[in-house]
Amino acid sequence: MPTFYAVEFKPWVFLEPQNLKVTANFLGDFFPPVFQSEFLLLLLKDAWTTIAIATAGMALALVFSVPLSIAASSALSVSSLTGPMHPVGFLVRQSIRWLLIVLRSIPELVWALIFVRVVGLGPAAGVLAIAVTYTGMLGKIYGEILESGDTQTSRAILVGGGGRLQAFSYGLLPQNATELLSYSVYRWECAIRSSAVLGFVGAGGLGQQMDASMKMFNGGEVATILMVLMLLVAMADQISSWMRRAVQ
Amino acid sequence: MKTAGLAPPTPPSMIRWGCGICWGMAGLAVLVALSFWSLDLGLHRLFSGAALERMGRFILELSRPEVSADFLDKLGQAAFETLAMSFVGTLLAAVAGLVLAFLASDGPDSRPTILALSRLLLNLLRSVPDLMWAALLIISSGLGPMAGTLALALHTAGVLGRLFADASENAADHERACLRLAGASPIQCFLYVTLPSIIPQLLSYTLYRWENNIRAASVLGVVGAGGLGQMLSYHMGLFQMSETSSILITMILLVVLVDSVSYVTRRNLMR
Repeated sequence: MPTFYAVEFKPWVFLEPQNLKVTANFLGDFFPPVFQSEFLLLLLKDAWTTIAIATAGMALALVFSVPLSIAASSALSVSSLTGPMHPVGFLVRQSIRWLLIVLRSIPELVWALIFVRVVGLGPAAGVLAIAVTYTGMLGKIYGEILESGDTQTSRAILVGGGGRLQAFSYGLLPQNATELLSYSVYRWECAIRSSAVLGFVGAGGLGQQMDASMKMFNGGEVATILMVLMLLVAMADQISSWMRRAVQ
Repeated sequence: MKTAGLAPPTPPSMIRWGCGICWGMAGLAVLVALSFWSLDLGLHRLFSGAALERMGRFILELSRPEVSADFLDKLGQAAFETLAMSFVGTLLAAVAGLVLAFLASDGPDSRPTILALSRLLLNLLRSVPDLMWAALLIISSGLGPMAGTLALALHTAGVLGRLFADASENAADHERACLRLAGASPIQCFLYVTLPSIIPQLLSYTLYRWENNIRAASVLGVVGAGGLGQMLSYHMGLFQMSETSSILITMILLVVLVDSVSYVTRRNLMR
Protein backbone atom coordinates (compact mmCIF):
# COMPACT_ATOMS: atom_id res chain seq x y z
CA MET A 1 0.00 0.00 0.00
CA PRO A 2 2.72 2.60 0.76
CA THR A 3 4.03 1.83 -2.72
CA PHE A 4 0.65 2.72 -4.26
CA TYR A 5 0.76 5.95 -2.26
CA ALA A 6 4.32 6.64 -3.41
CA VAL A 7 3.46 6.41 -7.09
CA GLU A 8 0.51 8.79 -6.58
CA PHE A 9 -1.81 6.11 -7.85
CA LYS A 10 -4.93 8.10 -8.66
CA PRO A 11 -6.39 6.66 -11.84
CA TRP A 12 -9.42 8.91 -11.53
CA VAL A 13 -7.39 11.90 -12.74
CA PHE A 14 -7.85 10.39 -16.19
CA LEU A 15 -11.57 11.06 -15.77
CA GLU A 16 -11.32 14.71 -14.79
CA PRO A 17 -13.17 16.73 -17.42
CA GLN A 18 -10.20 18.82 -18.56
CA ASN A 19 -7.90 15.79 -18.87
CA LEU A 20 -10.63 13.88 -20.67
CA LYS A 21 -10.94 16.71 -23.14
CA VAL A 22 -7.19 16.74 -23.89
CA THR A 23 -7.15 12.95 -24.25
CA ALA A 24 -10.20 12.95 -26.49
CA ASN A 25 -8.71 15.65 -28.70
CA PHE A 26 -5.41 13.84 -28.97
CA LEU A 27 -6.95 10.44 -29.61
CA GLY A 28 -9.41 11.98 -32.03
CA ASP A 29 -6.41 13.30 -33.98
CA PHE A 30 -5.19 9.71 -34.40
CA PHE A 31 -7.82 9.28 -37.08
CA PRO A 32 -7.07 9.56 -39.85
CA PRO A 33 -3.37 8.67 -39.57
CA VAL A 34 -1.12 10.75 -41.80
CA PHE A 35 -0.41 8.89 -45.02
CA GLN A 36 1.19 11.61 -47.16
CA SER A 37 3.95 10.19 -49.32
CA GLU A 38 6.51 12.73 -48.04
CA PHE A 39 5.86 11.79 -44.43
CA LEU A 40 5.91 8.08 -45.22
CA LEU A 41 9.24 8.50 -46.97
CA LEU A 42 10.60 10.32 -43.95
CA LEU A 43 9.39 7.51 -41.70
CA LEU A 44 10.96 4.91 -43.97
CA LYS A 45 14.28 6.69 -43.57
CA ASP A 46 13.80 6.86 -39.81
CA ALA A 47 12.90 3.18 -39.65
CA TRP A 48 16.12 2.35 -41.47
CA THR A 49 18.09 4.57 -39.09
CA THR A 50 16.54 2.68 -36.19
CA ILE A 51 17.56 -0.68 -37.70
CA ALA A 52 21.02 0.61 -38.58
CA ILE A 53 21.66 1.99 -35.06
CA ALA A 54 20.66 -1.35 -33.56
CA THR A 55 22.78 -3.35 -36.01
CA ALA A 56 25.88 -1.19 -35.75
CA GLY A 57 25.61 -1.09 -31.95
CA MET A 58 25.19 -4.83 -31.82
CA ALA A 59 28.22 -5.34 -34.10
CA LEU A 60 30.39 -3.17 -31.86
CA ALA A 61 29.07 -4.99 -28.79
CA LEU A 62 30.12 -8.30 -30.35
CA VAL A 63 33.60 -6.96 -31.04
CA PHE A 64 34.05 -6.07 -27.36
CA SER A 65 32.08 -8.79 -25.61
CA VAL A 66 33.59 -11.83 -27.34
CA PRO A 67 37.19 -11.22 -26.17
CA LEU A 68 35.97 -10.12 -22.74
CA SER A 69 33.88 -13.25 -22.23
CA ILE A 70 36.74 -15.48 -23.39
CA ALA A 71 39.06 -13.73 -20.96
CA ALA A 72 36.54 -14.00 -18.11
CA SER A 73 35.54 -17.62 -18.64
CA SER A 74 36.87 -19.88 -15.89
CA ALA A 75 36.48 -22.86 -18.25
CA LEU A 76 39.73 -21.72 -19.90
CA SER A 77 41.74 -21.38 -16.69
CA VAL A 78 44.94 -23.40 -16.90
CA SER A 79 45.73 -23.19 -13.19
CA SER A 80 42.34 -24.48 -12.08
CA LEU A 81 42.97 -27.75 -13.95
CA THR A 82 45.23 -28.87 -11.14
CA GLY A 83 44.04 -26.94 -8.12
CA PRO A 84 42.66 -23.57 -7.09
CA MET A 85 42.81 -20.79 -9.67
CA HIS A 86 45.96 -18.67 -9.68
CA PRO A 87 45.29 -15.41 -7.79
CA VAL A 88 46.25 -13.23 -10.77
CA GLY A 89 43.91 -15.12 -13.08
CA PHE A 90 41.17 -14.89 -10.46
CA LEU A 91 41.66 -11.15 -10.07
CA VAL A 92 41.60 -10.53 -13.83
CA ARG A 93 38.46 -12.62 -14.35
CA GLN A 94 36.68 -11.05 -11.38
CA SER A 95 37.47 -7.50 -12.45
CA ILE A 96 36.19 -8.16 -15.97
CA ARG A 97 32.97 -9.46 -14.44
CA TRP A 98 32.57 -6.33 -12.35
CA LEU A 99 33.18 -4.17 -15.41
CA LEU A 100 30.45 -6.05 -17.27
CA ILE A 101 28.05 -5.60 -14.33
CA VAL A 102 28.59 -1.82 -14.32
CA LEU A 103 28.17 -1.64 -18.10
CA ARG A 104 24.81 -3.39 -18.05
CA SER A 105 23.41 -1.90 -14.82
CA ILE A 106 23.16 1.56 -16.34
CA PRO A 107 20.22 1.48 -18.76
CA GLU A 108 20.97 2.22 -22.41
CA LEU A 109 18.87 5.36 -22.29
CA VAL A 110 21.13 6.80 -19.61
CA TRP A 111 24.22 5.80 -21.58
CA ALA A 112 22.66 7.59 -24.54
CA LEU A 113 22.18 10.74 -22.43
CA ILE A 114 25.85 10.55 -21.45
CA PHE A 115 27.07 9.97 -25.01
CA VAL A 116 24.90 12.78 -26.36
CA ARG A 117 26.98 14.98 -24.05
CA VAL A 118 30.25 13.59 -25.41
CA VAL A 119 29.68 13.13 -29.16
CA GLY A 120 26.70 15.43 -29.67
CA LEU A 121 23.18 14.72 -30.92
CA GLY A 122 22.83 12.08 -33.60
CA PRO A 123 22.98 8.36 -34.27
CA ALA A 124 26.56 8.01 -32.95
CA ALA A 125 25.29 8.45 -29.38
CA GLY A 126 22.67 5.74 -29.92
CA VAL A 127 25.16 3.31 -31.45
CA LEU A 128 27.63 3.80 -28.58
CA ALA A 129 24.88 3.44 -25.96
CA ILE A 130 23.70 0.14 -27.41
CA ALA A 131 27.29 -1.03 -27.86
CA VAL A 132 28.16 -0.37 -24.21
CA THR A 133 25.00 -1.87 -22.63
CA TYR A 134 24.99 -4.91 -24.88
CA THR A 135 28.69 -5.55 -24.28
CA GLY A 136 27.74 -5.95 -20.62
CA MET A 137 24.80 -8.25 -21.32
CA LEU A 138 26.38 -10.36 -24.06
CA GLY A 139 29.63 -10.69 -22.12
CA LYS A 140 27.77 -12.08 -19.12
CA ILE A 141 25.55 -14.47 -21.06
CA TYR A 142 28.36 -15.72 -23.34
CA GLY A 143 30.45 -16.42 -20.24
CA GLU A 144 27.59 -18.34 -18.66
CA ILE A 145 26.98 -20.38 -21.82
CA LEU A 146 30.67 -21.26 -22.15
CA GLU A 147 30.87 -22.41 -18.54
CA SER A 148 27.56 -24.27 -18.42
CA GLY A 149 28.34 -26.63 -21.31
CA ASP A 150 30.48 -29.75 -21.24
CA THR A 151 34.09 -28.60 -20.76
CA GLN A 152 35.79 -31.96 -21.19
CA THR A 153 37.13 -31.34 -24.70
CA SER A 154 38.59 -27.96 -23.85
CA ARG A 155 40.14 -29.35 -20.66
CA ALA A 156 41.70 -32.17 -22.64
CA ILE A 157 43.20 -29.64 -25.05
CA LEU A 158 44.56 -27.55 -22.17
CA VAL A 159 45.99 -30.62 -20.42
CA GLY A 160 47.59 -31.68 -23.69
CA GLY A 161 49.45 -28.38 -23.83
CA GLY A 162 47.19 -26.47 -26.18
CA GLY A 163 46.77 -22.74 -25.77
CA ARG A 164 43.65 -21.10 -24.38
CA LEU A 165 42.59 -19.79 -27.78
CA GLN A 166 42.95 -23.28 -29.25
CA ALA A 167 40.95 -24.77 -26.40
CA PHE A 168 38.27 -22.16 -27.07
CA SER A 169 38.05 -22.56 -30.83
CA TYR A 170 38.29 -26.37 -30.94
CA GLY A 171 36.73 -27.29 -27.60
CA LEU A 172 34.19 -24.73 -26.41
CA LEU A 173 33.06 -23.01 -29.60
CA PRO A 174 31.86 -26.03 -31.62
CA GLN A 175 29.82 -27.25 -28.68
CA ASN A 176 28.13 -23.99 -27.84
CA ALA A 177 27.93 -22.34 -31.28
CA THR A 178 24.19 -22.89 -31.72
CA GLU A 179 23.28 -21.47 -28.36
CA LEU A 180 25.60 -18.48 -28.74
CA LEU A 181 24.22 -17.71 -32.18
CA SER A 182 20.60 -18.01 -31.24
CA TYR A 183 21.06 -15.82 -28.18
CA SER A 184 22.85 -13.16 -30.26
CA VAL A 185 20.04 -13.08 -32.80
CA TYR A 186 17.50 -12.72 -30.00
CA ARG A 187 19.50 -9.79 -28.60
CA TRP A 188 19.58 -8.11 -32.00
CA GLU A 189 15.79 -8.14 -31.92
CA CYS A 190 15.90 -6.49 -28.48
CA ALA A 191 18.37 -3.92 -29.77
CA ILE A 192 15.88 -2.80 -32.42
CA ARG A 193 13.30 -2.14 -29.72
CA SER A 194 15.80 -0.16 -27.66
CA SER A 195 17.05 1.88 -30.57
CA ALA A 196 13.49 2.96 -31.37
CA VAL A 197 13.29 4.38 -27.87
CA LEU A 198 16.74 5.99 -27.84
CA GLY A 199 15.50 8.60 -30.30
CA PHE A 200 13.62 10.24 -27.44
CA VAL A 201 16.90 11.62 -26.10
CA GLY A 202 18.02 12.77 -29.53
CA ALA A 203 19.77 9.75 -31.00
CA GLY A 204 17.85 9.77 -34.28
CA GLY A 205 15.41 7.28 -35.75
CA LEU A 206 11.71 6.66 -35.11
CA GLY A 207 11.85 7.74 -31.46
CA GLN A 208 13.06 11.20 -32.35
CA GLN A 209 10.30 11.60 -34.94
CA MET A 210 7.72 10.44 -32.38
CA ASP A 211 9.03 12.88 -29.80
CA ALA A 212 8.75 15.72 -32.34
CA SER A 213 5.23 14.80 -33.43
CA MET A 214 4.09 14.36 -29.86
CA LYS A 215 5.38 17.75 -28.79
CA MET A 216 3.27 19.26 -31.56
CA PHE A 217 0.27 17.18 -30.42
CA ASN A 218 0.00 15.85 -33.96
CA GLY A 219 -2.05 12.71 -33.29
CA GLY A 220 -2.25 11.62 -36.91
CA GLU A 221 1.53 11.50 -37.22
CA VAL A 222 1.86 9.71 -33.89
CA ALA A 223 -0.62 7.06 -35.06
CA THR A 224 1.36 6.45 -38.26
CA ILE A 225 4.65 6.24 -36.33
CA LEU A 226 3.16 3.74 -33.89
CA MET A 227 1.99 1.61 -36.80
CA VAL A 228 5.42 1.68 -38.45
CA LEU A 229 7.00 0.80 -35.11
CA MET A 230 4.71 -2.19 -34.64
CA LEU A 231 5.43 -3.38 -38.16
CA LEU A 232 9.17 -3.04 -37.55
CA VAL A 233 9.06 -4.94 -34.26
CA ALA A 234 6.89 -7.67 -35.80
CA MET A 235 9.31 -7.97 -38.71
CA ALA A 236 12.35 -8.27 -36.45
CA ASP A 237 10.39 -10.83 -34.40
CA GLN A 238 9.74 -12.94 -37.50
CA ILE A 239 13.29 -12.75 -38.87
CA SER A 240 14.81 -13.55 -35.51
CA SER A 241 12.54 -16.53 -34.85
CA TRP A 242 13.20 -17.80 -38.38
CA MET A 243 16.96 -17.56 -37.87
CA ARG A 244 16.81 -19.17 -34.45
CA ARG A 245 14.84 -22.07 -35.87
CA ALA A 246 17.34 -22.37 -38.76
CA VAL A 247 20.34 -22.78 -36.44
CA GLN A 248 18.66 -25.37 -34.21
CA MET B 1 49.40 -47.41 -60.40
CA LYS B 2 46.11 -46.32 -58.98
CA THR B 3 43.04 -48.45 -58.86
CA ALA B 4 39.55 -47.10 -58.67
CA GLY B 5 39.13 -48.46 -55.15
CA LEU B 6 42.05 -46.46 -53.75
CA ALA B 7 41.12 -43.14 -55.34
CA PRO B 8 40.57 -40.53 -52.66
CA PRO B 9 36.96 -39.45 -52.32
CA THR B 10 36.24 -36.10 -53.90
CA PRO B 11 36.15 -33.46 -51.20
CA PRO B 12 32.74 -31.89 -50.59
CA SER B 13 32.09 -28.73 -52.51
CA MET B 14 33.27 -25.58 -50.76
CA ILE B 15 29.97 -23.84 -51.30
CA ARG B 16 26.67 -25.41 -50.39
CA TRP B 17 23.99 -23.37 -52.09
CA GLY B 18 21.25 -24.85 -49.99
CA CYS B 19 22.77 -23.69 -46.70
CA GLY B 20 20.12 -21.30 -45.40
CA ILE B 21 22.06 -20.28 -42.34
CA CYS B 22 25.08 -19.27 -44.49
CA TRP B 23 22.81 -17.01 -46.53
CA GLY B 24 21.43 -15.60 -43.31
CA MET B 25 24.93 -14.88 -42.06
CA ALA B 26 25.94 -13.25 -45.35
CA GLY B 27 22.78 -11.16 -45.18
CA LEU B 28 23.66 -10.07 -41.66
CA ALA B 29 27.18 -9.10 -42.75
CA VAL B 30 25.75 -6.95 -45.54
CA LEU B 31 23.29 -5.41 -43.08
CA VAL B 32 26.10 -4.52 -40.67
CA ALA B 33 28.20 -2.98 -43.46
CA LEU B 34 25.22 -0.98 -44.77
CA SER B 35 24.40 0.24 -41.28
CA PHE B 36 27.85 1.64 -40.61
CA TRP B 37 28.00 3.15 -44.09
CA SER B 38 24.58 4.81 -43.99
CA LEU B 39 24.82 6.21 -40.47
CA ASP B 40 28.02 8.16 -41.13
CA LEU B 41 28.94 7.92 -37.45
CA GLY B 42 32.26 9.71 -37.58
CA LEU B 43 33.51 7.53 -34.74
CA HIS B 44 37.03 8.76 -35.46
CA ARG B 45 35.88 12.06 -33.96
CA LEU B 46 35.48 10.17 -30.70
CA PHE B 47 39.23 9.68 -30.59
CA SER B 48 40.19 13.18 -31.63
CA GLY B 49 41.99 15.38 -29.12
CA ALA B 50 39.02 17.62 -28.36
CA ALA B 51 36.61 14.74 -27.75
CA LEU B 52 39.11 12.89 -25.58
CA GLU B 53 39.65 16.02 -23.55
CA ARG B 54 35.89 16.50 -23.16
CA MET B 55 35.50 12.88 -22.13
CA GLY B 56 38.34 13.19 -19.61
CA ARG B 57 36.80 16.28 -18.04
CA PHE B 58 33.43 14.58 -17.99
CA ILE B 59 34.79 11.55 -16.15
CA LEU B 60 36.70 13.77 -13.73
CA GLU B 61 33.49 15.65 -12.90
CA LEU B 62 31.62 12.39 -12.46
CA SER B 63 34.20 11.09 -10.00
CA ARG B 64 33.07 13.53 -7.30
CA PRO B 65 29.60 12.40 -6.25
CA GLU B 66 27.44 14.79 -4.23
CA VAL B 67 26.89 13.42 -0.72
CA SER B 68 25.28 16.25 1.27
CA ALA B 69 22.54 15.01 3.62
CA ASP B 70 19.90 17.16 1.93
CA PHE B 71 20.61 15.74 -1.48
CA LEU B 72 20.88 12.15 -0.24
CA ASP B 73 17.45 12.56 1.36
CA LYS B 74 15.92 13.62 -1.96
CA LEU B 75 17.80 10.82 -3.70
CA GLY B 76 16.43 8.26 -1.26
CA GLN B 77 12.89 9.46 -1.94
CA ALA B 78 13.39 9.26 -5.69
CA ALA B 79 14.89 5.79 -5.38
CA PHE B 80 11.90 4.64 -3.34
CA GLU B 81 9.58 6.16 -5.91
CA THR B 82 11.36 4.24 -8.67
CA LEU B 83 11.19 1.03 -6.66
CA ALA B 84 7.50 1.60 -5.98
CA MET B 85 6.81 2.31 -9.67
CA SER B 86 8.43 -0.92 -10.75
CA PHE B 87 6.70 -2.89 -7.99
CA VAL B 88 3.17 -1.56 -8.54
CA GLY B 89 3.60 -1.66 -12.32
CA THR B 90 4.65 -5.29 -12.27
CA LEU B 91 1.87 -6.23 -9.83
CA LEU B 92 -0.84 -4.61 -11.96
CA ALA B 93 0.67 -6.20 -15.06
CA ALA B 94 0.64 -9.66 -13.49
CA VAL B 95 -3.07 -9.36 -12.63
CA ALA B 96 -4.01 -7.97 -16.05
CA GLY B 97 -1.74 -10.49 -17.78
CA LEU B 98 -3.43 -13.36 -15.98
CA VAL B 99 -6.89 -12.24 -17.09
CA LEU B 100 -5.73 -11.74 -20.68
CA ALA B 101 -3.90 -15.07 -20.65
CA PHE B 102 -7.10 -16.84 -19.62
CA LEU B 103 -8.82 -15.32 -22.65
CA ALA B 104 -5.89 -15.75 -25.03
CA SER B 105 -4.89 -19.35 -24.34
CA ASP B 106 -6.08 -21.83 -26.92
CA GLY B 107 -8.05 -24.70 -25.45
CA PRO B 108 -11.15 -26.81 -26.00
CA ASP B 109 -13.43 -24.06 -24.64
CA SER B 110 -11.97 -20.97 -26.28
CA ARG B 111 -14.01 -19.01 -28.79
CA PRO B 112 -12.17 -17.92 -31.95
CA THR B 113 -13.28 -14.27 -31.81
CA ILE B 114 -12.26 -13.76 -28.19
CA LEU B 115 -9.01 -15.59 -28.83
CA ALA B 116 -8.11 -13.41 -31.81
CA LEU B 117 -9.13 -10.17 -30.10
CA SER B 118 -7.24 -10.86 -26.89
CA ARG B 119 -4.13 -11.87 -28.81
CA LEU B 120 -4.30 -8.70 -30.88
CA LEU B 121 -4.56 -6.70 -27.67
CA LEU B 122 -1.57 -8.51 -26.18
CA ASN B 123 0.51 -7.80 -29.29
CA LEU B 124 -0.51 -4.15 -29.24
CA LEU B 125 0.42 -3.76 -25.57
CA ARG B 126 3.72 -5.55 -26.07
CA SER B 127 5.04 -3.89 -29.21
CA VAL B 128 4.78 -0.30 -27.93
CA PRO B 129 7.81 0.22 -25.63
CA ASP B 130 7.11 1.40 -22.08
CA LEU B 131 8.79 4.73 -22.68
CA MET B 132 6.35 5.48 -25.48
CA TRP B 133 3.39 4.42 -23.35
CA ALA B 134 4.66 6.84 -20.69
CA ALA B 135 4.96 9.67 -23.21
CA LEU B 136 1.40 8.99 -24.39
CA LEU B 137 -0.10 8.66 -20.89
CA ILE B 138 1.52 11.88 -19.72
CA ILE B 139 -0.67 13.73 -22.18
CA SER B 140 -3.77 12.42 -20.39
CA SER B 141 -2.69 12.35 -16.76
CA GLY B 142 -0.04 15.02 -16.48
CA LEU B 143 3.54 14.66 -15.26
CA GLY B 144 4.26 12.32 -12.38
CA PRO B 145 5.00 8.77 -11.33
CA MET B 146 1.50 7.44 -12.03
CA ALA B 147 1.90 7.80 -15.79
CA GLY B 148 5.16 5.86 -15.53
CA THR B 149 3.61 3.14 -13.38
CA LEU B 150 0.72 2.63 -15.77
CA ALA B 151 3.09 2.66 -18.74
CA LEU B 152 5.13 -0.13 -17.15
CA ALA B 153 1.91 -1.98 -16.34
CA LEU B 154 0.59 -1.76 -19.91
CA HIS B 155 3.77 -2.94 -21.62
CA THR B 156 4.48 -5.64 -19.05
CA ALA B 157 0.87 -6.88 -19.17
CA GLY B 158 1.44 -7.56 -22.88
CA VAL B 159 4.67 -9.45 -22.23
CA LEU B 160 3.43 -11.42 -19.23
CA GLY B 161 0.05 -12.18 -20.82
CA ARG B 162 1.79 -13.80 -23.75
CA LEU B 163 4.12 -15.83 -21.51
CA PHE B 164 1.25 -16.83 -19.18
CA ALA B 165 -0.88 -17.92 -22.13
CA ASP B 166 1.95 -20.07 -23.48
CA ALA B 167 2.46 -21.58 -20.02
CA SER B 168 -1.20 -22.45 -19.56
CA GLU B 169 -1.43 -23.95 -23.05
CA ASN B 170 1.56 -26.14 -22.30
CA ALA B 171 0.15 -27.27 -18.95
CA ALA B 172 -1.25 -30.76 -19.08
CA ASP B 173 -4.98 -30.55 -19.82
CA HIS B 174 -5.77 -34.06 -18.77
CA GLU B 175 -7.22 -33.17 -15.40
CA ARG B 176 -8.94 -30.16 -16.88
CA ALA B 177 -10.83 -32.38 -19.28
CA CYS B 178 -11.91 -34.53 -16.33
CA LEU B 179 -13.24 -31.54 -14.43
CA ARG B 180 -15.04 -30.29 -17.50
CA LEU B 181 -16.73 -33.64 -17.93
CA ALA B 182 -17.78 -33.44 -14.28
CA GLY B 183 -19.55 -30.16 -15.07
CA ALA B 184 -17.14 -27.44 -13.92
CA SER B 185 -17.14 -24.12 -15.81
CA PRO B 186 -14.08 -23.00 -17.84
CA ILE B 187 -13.24 -20.38 -15.21
CA GLN B 188 -13.40 -22.96 -12.42
CA CYS B 189 -11.15 -25.24 -14.44
CA PHE B 190 -8.65 -22.45 -15.00
CA LEU B 191 -8.65 -21.47 -11.33
CA TYR B 192 -8.55 -24.93 -9.80
CA VAL B 193 -6.56 -27.00 -12.30
CA THR B 194 -4.45 -24.96 -14.71
CA LEU B 195 -3.45 -22.16 -12.38
CA PRO B 196 -2.08 -24.26 -9.48
CA SER B 197 0.05 -26.29 -11.87
CA ILE B 198 1.71 -23.28 -13.49
CA ILE B 199 2.06 -20.97 -10.49
CA PRO B 200 5.83 -21.47 -9.95
CA GLN B 201 6.43 -20.63 -13.61
CA LEU B 202 4.22 -17.53 -13.43
CA LEU B 203 5.99 -16.26 -10.32
CA SER B 204 9.35 -16.79 -11.91
CA TYR B 205 8.35 -14.90 -15.06
CA THR B 206 6.90 -12.09 -12.96
CA LEU B 207 10.07 -11.74 -10.89
CA TYR B 208 12.13 -11.71 -14.05
CA ARG B 209 10.02 -8.90 -15.47
CA TRP B 210 10.34 -7.01 -12.18
CA GLU B 211 14.11 -7.04 -12.70
CA ASN B 212 13.57 -5.57 -16.17
CA ASN B 213 11.09 -3.03 -14.87
CA ILE B 214 13.38 -1.60 -12.22
CA ARG B 215 15.73 -0.65 -15.06
CA ALA B 216 12.84 0.69 -17.11
CA ALA B 217 11.37 2.62 -14.16
CA SER B 218 14.65 4.37 -13.55
CA VAL B 219 14.66 5.80 -17.06
CA LEU B 220 10.94 6.57 -17.55
CA GLY B 221 11.52 9.80 -15.66
CA VAL B 222 13.44 11.15 -18.63
CA VAL B 223 10.10 11.86 -20.34
CA GLY B 224 8.73 13.29 -17.06
CA ALA B 225 7.29 10.22 -15.37
CA GLY B 226 8.91 10.61 -11.95
CA GLY B 227 11.56 8.71 -10.04
CA LEU B 228 15.34 8.70 -10.46
CA GLY B 229 15.14 9.33 -14.20
CA GLN B 230 13.39 12.65 -13.75
CA MET B 231 16.07 13.75 -11.27
CA LEU B 232 18.77 12.57 -13.66
CA SER B 233 17.51 14.48 -16.66
CA TYR B 234 16.98 17.59 -14.47
CA HIS B 235 20.50 17.64 -13.03
CA MET B 236 22.13 16.57 -16.26
CA GLY B 237 20.30 19.34 -18.08
CA LEU B 238 21.85 21.82 -15.63
CA PHE B 239 25.30 20.22 -16.09
CA GLN B 240 25.48 19.43 -12.36
CA MET B 241 27.79 16.51 -12.73
CA SER B 242 28.41 15.59 -9.10
CA GLU B 243 24.64 15.20 -8.54
CA THR B 244 24.42 13.21 -11.77
CA SER B 245 27.16 10.94 -10.53
CA SER B 246 25.33 10.21 -7.24
CA ILE B 247 22.14 9.42 -9.16
CA LEU B 248 23.97 7.00 -11.47
CA ILE B 249 25.54 5.22 -8.48
CA THR B 250 22.11 4.92 -6.85
CA MET B 251 20.69 3.42 -10.05
CA ILE B 252 23.44 0.80 -10.19
CA LEU B 253 22.91 -0.08 -6.51
CA LEU B 254 19.15 -0.37 -6.97
CA VAL B 255 19.52 -2.63 -10.01
CA VAL B 256 22.06 -4.86 -8.28
CA LEU B 257 19.82 -5.06 -5.19
CA VAL B 258 16.70 -6.08 -7.12
CA ASP B 259 18.68 -8.49 -9.28
CA SER B 260 20.07 -10.35 -6.30
CA VAL B 261 16.73 -10.46 -4.42
CA SER B 262 15.00 -11.81 -7.50
CA TYR B 263 17.83 -14.28 -8.22
CA VAL B 264 17.66 -15.76 -4.72
CA THR B 265 13.86 -15.96 -4.79
CA ARG B 266 13.80 -17.61 -8.18
CA ARG B 267 16.38 -20.18 -7.12
CA ASN B 268 14.28 -21.04 -4.09
CA LEU B 269 11.16 -21.31 -6.27
CA MET B 270 12.84 -23.74 -8.61
CA ARG B 271 13.72 -26.16 -5.86
